[in-house]
Parts: sequence; C-alpha cells; structure tokens
Amino acid sequence: MNQTRLMYVGLLVLGLLAPMAVYPVFMMKLLCFALFACAFNLLIGYTGLLSFGHAAFLGGAGYVAGYAMRDLHFGPFIGLALGTGFGAMLGLGVGLLAIRRQGIYFSMITLALAQMLYFVWLQASFTGGEDGLQGIPRGSLFGLIDLANDKVLYYLVLVIFVGGFSLIHRVIHSPFGQILNAIKENEPRAISLGYDVDRFKLVVFIISASLAGLAGATKSLVLGFETLTDAHWTMSGLVVLMALVGGLGTTIGPVIGAFVILLLENKLGEIGNGLASLTGLEVFNQLGESVTTVTGLIFVVCVLLFRRGLAGEVIARFAASKNGVRVN
Amino acid sequence: MEIFGIPLSAFASQLLLGLVNGSFYAILSLGLAVIFGMLNVINFAHGAMFMLGALATYLGATWFDLPYWAMLLLAPIVVGAFGVLIERTMLRHLYKLDHLYGLLLTFGLTLVIEGVCRSIYGSSGLPYSVPESLGGATDLGFMVLPNYRAWVVVASLSVCFATWFVIEKTRLGSYLRAGTENAKMVEAFGVNVPLMVMLTYGFGVALAAFAGVLAAPVIQLSPLMGSNIIIVVFAVVVIGGMGSIMGAIVTGLGLGVVEGLTRVFYPQASNTVVFVIMAVVLLVRPSGLFGKEK
Repeated sequence: MNQTRLMYVGLLVLGLLAPMAVYPVFMMKLLCFALFACAFNLLIGYTGLLSFGHAAFLGGAGYVAGYAMRDLHFGPFIGLALGTGFGAMLGLGVGLLAIRRQGIYFSMITLALAQMLYFVWLQASFTGGEDGLQGIPRGSLFGLIDLANDKVLYYLVLVIFVGGFSLIHRVIHSPFGQILNAIKENEPRAISLGYDVDRFKLVVFIISASLAGLAGATKSLVLGFETLTDAHWTMSGLVVLMALVGGLGTTIGPVIGAFVILLLENKLGEIGNGLASLTGLEVFNQLGESVTTVTGLIFVVCVLLFRRGLAGEVIARFAASKNGVRVN
Repeated sequence: MEIFGIPLSAFASQLLLGLVNGSFYAILSLGLAVIFGMLNVINFAHGAMFMLGALATYLGATWFDLPYWAMLLLAPIVVGAFGVLIERTMLRHLYKLDHLYGLLLTFGLTLVIEGVCRSIYGSSGLPYSVPESLGGATDLGFMVLPNYRAWVVVASLSVCFATWFVIEKTRLGSYLRAGTENAKMVEAFGVNVPLMVMLTYGFGVALAAFAGVLAAPVIQLSPLMGSNIIIVVFAVVVIGGMGSIMGAIVTGLGLGVVEGLTRVFYPQASNTVVFVIMAVVLLVRPSGLFGKEK
C-alpha cells in the first residue's frame, strides 16, 4: 500500500508544479475530464453499471452553473454548488428509472434519457441552442480571490479534483464500497445476503452524477462557455473510452485515460503531419479532422486486445511479478 | 374537416409520416432483438448499418447507375456481408465476456464507420430522389397520399412479418429460438451454432440496410442519419422489451405514430416524446410492454 501512497504523493506534487511547465487551461480541462472519468468509473469499475448517458450530468451541470454565474450573477462557489446539486438531482431522477432494469438495458436507458436532455438543452432558451452559453464570467471566490488569473484558477480546480478524487477513493475503500463490489461480482448473492441492492445502486449513481456535475460546472467556469458538445452522446462515449483506456476499476486509470485521450484530441493533427512527412503518405495529413474515426479505432482495439487498460495492465504485471507468475 | 382543430389532411399526412418512421423503428428494433437473442450483443452499429444501406443506394446510383430496385436487394447483401465480416473477425471473440463489451465494440465501430463516411461525404445531405415508378401521389379524397411513403410502410411491414413467420413458424426458426434458449444444447444436437450466430448477425444487419434503402429517398441521407435514429430505437427496445418479435414490430410502429401525432399537437416535444414514454413505461411496467424477463 505504501507504493500506492507514494504514487499519489508524486502525482500531487506533479499537479502542483504542472502550471509552470504546461498551459494551465489545458491542465484545468484535463483535471475536469479526469474527475468526470473517475466519477464514471465509480459506476462501471466498482459497481458494474455501464452508464451510457453521463454526458447528461456533465453538460446539464455546465449549463446550470453557467446560467447561474452569467445571468443570475452568482459567484463561482454558488455556481459550482448549483451545478453539482443539479447533477445530484438529475442523478436521482435518471438513477431511479435506470436501476429498474439490469445489465444492458441499464445502459440503453441512461443513453436514451441523456438524449432526451440533449434535446431539452437544444430547445431551451437560456442555453443558446447551437451557439451555446457564451461569456460565463470567472468572478472571484467568496469575493476575495480573483479567478481571472489562470494560475489561481488552476489551484482551485486542483483542489476540486483532489477533493472529488479523495471522495471516490474513500467510497471505494469503505464498507459501502465493499457492498458495491459484491453487487458487481454477484448481484443475486448480494440480494440473498439481505442487502437492498437497488438502494446501494441509487446512492452510488447519485454520487457519480454529482461528481460528474461538479466536473461539468468546473469546466464551464474554466472555459467560460458551455456548448451542446458536452451533452451529446459522443461525450458519453468519450468518457467510457477514457475509463477503458486507463483501466476500468482502477483508481488512477481514468485520470491516465483522460490525459491520453485529451492529448490525442489536441495533438492528432500534429501527429498526422508528422506521420505524413515520415511516411510520405498524404492521407495522414487529414488525421487532424478524423478525430471520430481515430477515437472509434482506439475503442475497437481496446475492447478486443486491451481490456485491462494502461493502469490495469501495469497492476496485473506488477502483481504477477510479485507472485512469480508471468502474464501474457 | 378537422380533428381537434387540426385540418384532417395535415393530421393524416403527419400520421403517415409517423407510420413511415414507425416502420423504420420496427425493422431496426426487430433486427436488434434478433441479434440480441442469438449473440447477447446490443448492436450499437445498427444505426451505422442503416446509414450504410442508404449510402450504398446512393453510391450504387452514382457510380454504377444501378436503379433503386436493384439496390433494394444488393445493399442488404453487401452490408450483410460486411456484418458477417465484423462478426467473424471481432464480435465472436467477445461472446464469453460481459455483454457490455459487445456494446462498446459496436459503439467503436459506429464511430469508425461514421467518421470515415463523414470525412468522404461530409455531414450535409446527399441527394437521392424517389424512384419514378413510385413517384407521384394518390388522391384519397381526404388526403393526398404520396405513393412512396405508402410503399415504405407496406414493404417494411411485409419484411417484418416475413421475419416473424420464419422465426416463429419454420424449422430454421425453431433452431434459432432453441439457440436463443440454450445454445450448448442445440450444438449437442449437431446444429452448427457458430454458423447460425454468424448468419443471424448478417441477417440482422441486412435488415437494417434494407430499412436504409427504404429511407434513402425520404430521410435526409447523410452519414449522421444512423446515430440520430439508433438512440430512439434503443428507447423503443426498452419500451417493448426484446423478448417478442411481434412486440418489437407493434411497439416500433406505435411509437412512430405517437411521434407523428406529437408533431401535430405539440411539435416542441416531438423529439423527446419517445423518451418520455420510455420513462413512464419504466415506472409502470419495468420489464417493458412485451418483456418476458423477471
């Protein structure tokens, strides 16, 4: 366990020093997506529920927080709190409906409800429809700390991320988390042991939705706008991919996954140009515009060959070398 | 004549449009149900296959001058073969794993297929017109019936019922149903189950492509047409339950009609009405209208 703790401390130091080396806005966006992916992973990795509608919480909370801060003139703290609260309420509603069915139906229901909300945002007047909610002010925290400075805001976002991550960590390693794991491994047995499985599922769904909401609200504060992209089903798919690439059911995996996917999205054009000049093939120059295709390919490869994800692979190899067993 | 303050002709034409969409929902949810029954995979790529069917129709016309009627046969075969290829090379490695991996794989495939088509054909609509023999309209007195729309409804319902007949009433269908129930046992009786599974996927996908051909002249033909419809079809499947073929057909058609009527009376809700119905059904009858699960 000490090594894990060492890793967390190392990552925290890295997080504290990051804005000196990396563009802070990119780092903030990364932290938002990392929190989003961790929240998603709490369901799929630790409870066995595949939500295919998590974009609803990210986008919805982003709109609510953005509206509160821009049009209602609330400060960032209230804005984030409202966004998170909206995520929780929405999680309660969606969760109540979705847990009525098991397995693959659960995924289809979450996807369908998220799509419904997408249309709601598309038609609602305050969201700005296709243009999105623009010009969300950053304001100042409690009227004391001015968030206009990227580096100041970065440390706030880091605090939010560490808080959210710690909460998830706490949940996973609590007796509550053990029961979630039991539900994941064998739901009928958990029921026969007398646990009210639906209640546990609902509570964890609300926790996950709230944290996804917090991530969405923070993201709208950071970027200063909120668009339909965040609420679209492709976003629900993207967070699945982040968790999958990093490793489902590992604490740190989704963070790594979010990093990899965001980096790829941002740098795909450059990678393509590099490949084009390396191989002399013109096709690669278009790689920058083919984000969807590349994302899909990674999905397919991960599902077929790489189901443990990056972190899962490392953990499996590490455990094997400890026991003197080889994994393939 | 008016119904609830809406002119009858407008009412009837929206009803027909609802039936057209409902036919697509019916064929697509039928295909999903057949595939899920045999493979235990929710085929997210169903929408992409629907789109490929329509795109193939367009390409057949522009590249080879193939008429609509030829594509009605060819597109399902080509797309079905593509489906068989996917089953052979990818899907079959996932049967032993959790269902969700099948969903994730087909989701990834959807992104690839859509992404590739979009980078070639853009996301705006491609022109494809109604075949001449089905052009024009018939005046029924109370409304003008566009022939092509009537054809879509008739053709899809025929295909749906043919599928129902094959699965419920023939020997081949009894193998399929037995395979859905207990694949190991059927295999022990000497039936080539892997082959059956492969052909089932190919057939389900071909159904989607058939719907795509039918849709080519009436729905805006673009690489994105599939993903717009597939999520609604998922809701249809949740509402109807995947246990019954007839259930899938009835639910699909019914929801198409409801959607069409919503467009008349409360257009703002026409995009969301199916999802609202899904929520209500989940509250009242969680296993779906025709569901057989516990």
